[in-house]
Amino acid sequence: MRFSFEQKRYRQGANTQMEFITESHYYRVMPFLLEGLVWTLLITFVGLIIGFALGAVFGLARLSKNKIIYGIATVYVEVVRGTPILAQILFIYFGLSDLTGLNIDKITASIIAIAINAGAYIAEIVRGAVYSIDKGQNEAGRSVGLTRGQTMRYIIWPQAFRRMIPPLGNQFVISLKDTSLFSVIAVGELLYMGQQYYGITFAAFEALTMVCIMYLIITVPTAVYLRRVERRLDV
Amino acid sequence: MISVRDLHKSFGSTEVLKGINAEVKEKEVVCVIGPSGSGKSTFLRCLNMLEEITAGDVLIEGDNLTDPKVNINDIRSRVGMVFQHFNLFPHMTVLDNITLGPMKVKKMKKKDAEAVARPLLEKVGLSDKADVYPESLSGGQKQRVAIARSLAMEPKIMLFDEPTSALDPELVGDVLAVMKELAKEGMTMVVVTHEMGFAREVGDRVLFMDEGIIMEEDTPQNIFSNPQNPRTQEFLSKVL
Repeated sequence: MRFSFEQKRYRQGANTQMEFITESHYYRVMPFLLEGLVWTLLITFVGLIIGFALGAVFGLARLSKNKIIYGIATVYVEVVRGTPILAQILFIYFGLSDLTGLNIDKITASIIAIAINAGAYIAEIVRGAVYSIDKGQNEAGRSVGLTRGQTMRYIIWPQAFRRMIPPLGNQFVISLKDTSLFSVIAVGELLYMGQQYYGITFAAFEALTMVCIMYLIITVPTAVYLRRVERRLDV
Repeated sequence: MISVRDLHKSFGSTEVLKGINAEVKEKEVVCVIGPSGSGKSTFLRCLNMLEEITAGDVLIEGDNLTDPKVNINDIRSRVGMVFQHFNLFPHMTVLDNITLGPMKVKKMKKKDAEAVARPLLEKVGLSDKADVYPESLSGGQKQRVAIARSLAMEPKIMLFDEPTSALDPELVGDVLAVMKELAKEGMTMVVVTHEMGFAREVGDRVLFMDEGIIMEEDTPQNIFSNPQNPRTQEFLSKVL
């Protein structure tokens, strides 16, 4: 199969440039990869939306004066950051179903894994950003009579959120790449679909090249955009 | 109006305020002077609980701040505070800075809050700056916006924490002029300041603080021309 095209070209001469493209593995792997990309993006986006909610809650909890709330949040952050995400996904997919007897679907398990993992890192992003806002802002809000919650919502959070954008974008890139690990539980994401293709065709070089290009198409523009945002926030 | 009884404040093991007793009457302007590190800012910040009170009582219009049942947000909305570093909200326009309190604390409609804010901006001489962001203002303009922001809550008492210390010398006058105007209108004011000229001209009473206590208190005339306490004499000889 792999050499069929060259043989054909030899037979027919070089007039079929279109065929040169459409019959190459670089092209034929694409339907697989596009399907994989859809799952990769879906897991990343849904996982990160939940992860941001977790990160906001636990990040603020890490700033709490209440020792119990602070303690719970710290344990969460340290446990997740101190263990590999590969172990986390296996734990969620196999470990939890083993424990509860429930059959967690692969995509759900992947989304949970990204959410919990990114949540811990985002918690640190949130904590750092909120902590970096000048104490005087809080005092000014409180001294006009705003409650703690109102001060957070109208004064601290909007300013902190701006500072979170670059590190959150960075986390997006990291989580996107982390979804490739879910190939170990046969989630049909980008890398797994590439593997499926070369499993049939043996065209590993072409398939994996295209897999990497697909990741880069998402990650490089994100990085460029973030650098621009960062520069704008600087001034 | 303000009544402070045996106020103590410690940061860890360092005692900053060592028993302060003071009274501020309605419409009175009290200036607090003293060397840096004497506790005057801490004293002021205790008056609206920006610092937790270690011991003693602070009564604002009869409400004791140390009473656990007291609604601190309600008291703070009656006590305006102006900071050395302005602390304007940089992500909001000047107008939004001023209307935030009335809208969120007093639940006023945006239109009504703006009807409060615009005359105040005019009063501090900045009506043309309503829609700009604080970063484009000079220090003196920022501080005047901060004063307008406090006044929008229609406070009974205004606290000033070294309001002109972070300003370029040529900008101090505009801020002091606004404060004089306020004093003339009968606002009750406590002003921590290094502006001896202001204290002398506008103050009804001057408190000299050092080492966490009020060393001397008197009318500006007496304290500036005839200080009794040797520490006051020493301090004034350096700054005047």
